[in-house]
Amino acid sequence: MRNSRVGEVIVAQLIRVAGYSAIVFVALILFFLIREGGPALLEVPVRNLLGVRWYPIEGYFGLLPLLGGTLVVTLGATAIAAPLGVLTAVYIAEVAPRWAREVLKPVIELLAGIPSVALGFVGILVFVPFVRTTFGLPTGLSAFTGAILLGLIAIPTIVSVAEDAIDAVPRTYRDAALALGATDWQAIWRVTVPAARTGIMTAVMLGVGRAIGETMAVMMVTGNAPVMPSGLLALFHPVRTMTATIAAEMGEVANGSTHYHTLFLIGMVLFLITLAVNLVAAGIVFRQRKRAERILS
Amino acid sequence: MCSPITRRRAWACLLVVCLLAGCQRPSRAAAGQGTGGTTLQDQGSDTLVNLALAWAEAYHREHPDVTVSVTGGGSGAGLAALVNGTTDIGNASRLIKPEEVAQAQKKGFTPQEHVVARDAIAVLVNPANPVGQLTLDQIADIYSGKISNWKEVGGEDRPIVRLSRETNSGTHVYFLEHVLRHGKPDDKTLFSTDTLLLPSSEGISVEIRQNPNAIGYDGLGYVTPDLKVVAVGAAPGGPYVRPSVETVNNKTYPIARDLYMYTAGEASGPLLDYLRWILSPEAQAIVADLGFVPVGSK
Repeated sequence: MRNSRVGEVIVAQLIRVAGYSAIVFVALILFFLIREGGPALLEVPVRNLLGVRWYPIEGYFGLLPLLGGTLVVTLGATAIAAPLGVLTAVYIAEVAPRWAREVLKPVIELLAGIPSVALGFVGILVFVPFVRTTFGLPTGLSAFTGAILLGLIAIPTIVSVAEDAIDAVPRTYRDAALALGATDWQAIWRVTVPAARTGIMTAVMLGVGRAIGETMAVMMVTGNAPVMPSGLLALFHPVRTMTATIAAEMGEVANGSTHYHTLFLIGMVLFLITLAVNLVAAGIVFRQRKRAERILS
Repeated sequence: MCSPITRRRAWACLLVVCLLAGCQRPSRAAAGQGTGGTTLQDQGSDTLVNLALAWAEAYHREHPDVTVSVTGGGSGAGLAALVNGTTDIGNASRLIKPEEVAQAQKKGFTPQEHVVARDAIAVLVNPANPVGQLTLDQIADIYSGKISNWKEVGGEDRPIVRLSRETNSGTHVYFLEHVLRHGKPDDKTLFSTDTLLLPSSEGISVEIRQNPNAIGYDGLGYVTPDLKVVAVGAAPGGPYVRPSVETVNNKTYPIARDLYMYTAGEASGPLLDYLRWILSPEAQAIVADLGFVPVGSK
């Protein structure tokens, strides 16, 4: 009797520790990033950090081309993945017959499981020559090719979260719309999808977060040239993303050097961007929920 | 009642202990390994990695008690590992930098340099590209961005796509210093910003194979027959020389360099035996087989 109570206390404590551990890990990661990346702000003049040239072995630490590269690739990937992902989710949740749904869901989850390196191989051998010949570009190693691959990586996240959100819309909404004479199409686009838009927004944001942090596939197909992107055509030029820069250069860098600190600074910037995206997503959910509560009360 | 549980817990503990023991890093060669012979860690330059592997295998066949484990990662990674004490040999395709020597001295040793082979850097284009020869100046102008169309160097009207290894590659640094800057230390020429930095030799050859606009460079050992090797002229008007073992040895090919292995201080024991063996005719024959240039045949 006594024994089992002790066990219970221990288990309860363990679960509590597990619950708080996520916070501890994030705090530790942030602490570590600041400790290793902070010195870069002291060692490198701000004007250098805000420069447009990244060539660390000669002391050029301009972060703007890398930031721009990440933004171009991520926006491109979002433009590809968000419509495709949301439409797929709508199809699976609302339109698809039962058997199609049972095939599609596992296949999309399988897509999520493909290692990004393997996708990168497909990218190099298939997408790169395809993009070059189709668009008449000097080279297919471009932000656009990276955006296609990142789109493929982000789609499963978007589909599964958006599909859950659409599925969670109460049956009665649909039934009411249909009873009022709406067609299936009208019920989906005017009632179900708007009712689920909070969840759909969250899905897209999570997909974006997934795309920003992706490294390997992007490093293999974007050409990694640290060019400052300018204008819409930048999507079809080579770019260098922040993640690819860290992955390509971290291995060789001398421990404690300015270059080392600057790479951690890039990590800090990435962390802050992802944090911002997540906060925006959470903010949308929170605001929507409050509005729903107001209407209900 | 609780005895089976205790026993199971004991087993779990034992398992964890075993796993932890398994995780322990193999100690460095100098310490030896007591039972199963010696393991030497050899890490660094990607240019050298195939050669280092071939040496490691041949040496292990002759001396089964010595295992050499080889990893790539770039010259910088190898020298950093040497400084941090995680490798016995640091492979490098460039000379060690003064700051790396300083870091090693802070840890209490001076890296020792051993020239183990020579390498030529081949300039590569797509087989469909009619350009077959370039001067060093033209190559420098292409990579620094002054020349951006193949017609300026006698080719078709096509944009030039510049391919390079990543900045952590010894090949990149060598190319920067000896081609773009013509070996002058005060020259501050940089690669054009739109130079594509590819993380691997494979990435470069795949892109050149499929893209007629591309130009790239890589160690002679990595050149595959389906790429076109450009003949390089030291001065305008020629002579233009294609890289090969002969042209590197008689110093007519202008883009060639030494390859190094660094050790932490004077080598001794199995490590010294290994380095001596590498300079033997037998090991240097492997060098020639892999498309590099043997040392001792100046």
